[in-house]
Amino acid sequence: MTSAADFGTADPGARRAVVRQALSVGVATGAYGVSFGALAVTAGLSTWQAMVLSLLMFTGGSQFAFVGIIANGLGAAPAAIAASSMLGIRNGLYALELTHLLGVRGARRVAAAHLTIDESTAVAVAQREELTSRLGFWLTGVTVFVLWNLTTLGGTLVGNLIGDPRTYGLDAAACAAFTALLWPRLRNRDAVAIAVLGAVVAVVLSPTMPPGIPVVAAAAACLLAWRSPKAARS
Amino acid sequence: MPAGLAQPEGGAVVSLWTAILVAALVAFGTKLAGHLVPAHLLESPRVRRITGALPIALLAALVATQAFTGPGGTFVLDARAVAVAVAVVALLLRAPFLVVVVLGAATAAVLRALGWA
Repeated sequence: MTSAADFGTADPGARRAVVRQALSVGVATGAYGVSFGALAVTAGLSTWQAMVLSLLMFTGGSQFAFVGIIANGLGAAPAAIAASSMLGIRNGLYALELTHLLGVRGARRVAAAHLTIDESTAVAVAQREELTSRLGFWLTGVTVFVLWNLTTLGGTLVGNLIGDPRTYGLDAAACAAFTALLWPRLRNRDAVAIAVLGAVVAVVLSPTMPPGIPVVAAAAACLLAWRSPKAARS
Repeated sequence: MPAGLAQPEGGAVVSLWTAILVAALVAFGTKLAGHLVPAHLLESPRVRRITGALPIALLAALVATQAFTGPGGTFVLDARAVAVAVAVVALLLRAPFLVVVVLGAATAAVLRALGWA
């Protein structure tokens, strides 16, 4: 794996930018951990059970879906597992690109797999240089992991003191952040076509398919890159 | 699991643990499976182009569903859509990352506080 020292060769300006992105994405996501912890307790989970989800499952959308469904009782357990699993499929697809980008083996590959989520992927692919991409992935992944788990713990112990994150527009902040991270990749017509097609497919399929599946189906938009050499990063 | 066993329905508590551990294992296994795809299968320029485009398609789809769908996955235009529009304008004006994110959050928060969206 790239050692921490190797990140030092990256352009300082790009390095500061990626640190800012990683930390701000981490803080915004952390606020949602409070909601998750509080919701998990309301759904009937103990603090330990909520913590095991945040520590081991570690993929927010899946965790919210799991506790939302398991709140209906243990009879809903198969549905809860199915829902969280479907929402987790996209992480496996992110991994196909990240494994090449990160170039890690052994235990570090296991750590990379665990930190493979929307936020770490988005910050990684937003960077122009491979070194800053790697820095972005690890820094975002670790920041989100630490804050998500601390705030989950806080949410289970003291409840949702901060209220609905939507009051502060934190859901919109996430949309804006992902848009901003995607932005530098939309430099040519092919990439724009892939993004637009993916977005349209997901929205069109959303009313008729279970959560998670529309986004995975939208991944088929990447097949537009089959012929064009321009869409992928050079 | 002493706490679970001490309860009359100890089996049910273990089942919840089982469900949690199975779901967590599937989630991690999905991530790991992607990282364990043999490198030689992903090396050709064509496959590299496609996996390189994967995050673009997935993240665009993710933003779209988070911004434009409501309960039951129905299409909704509300404060989130306005926030994304404001973010796009800010990006076109070359605003820094943090400004884009804060503008998005503030737009949605203000519209909701005013009861407009």
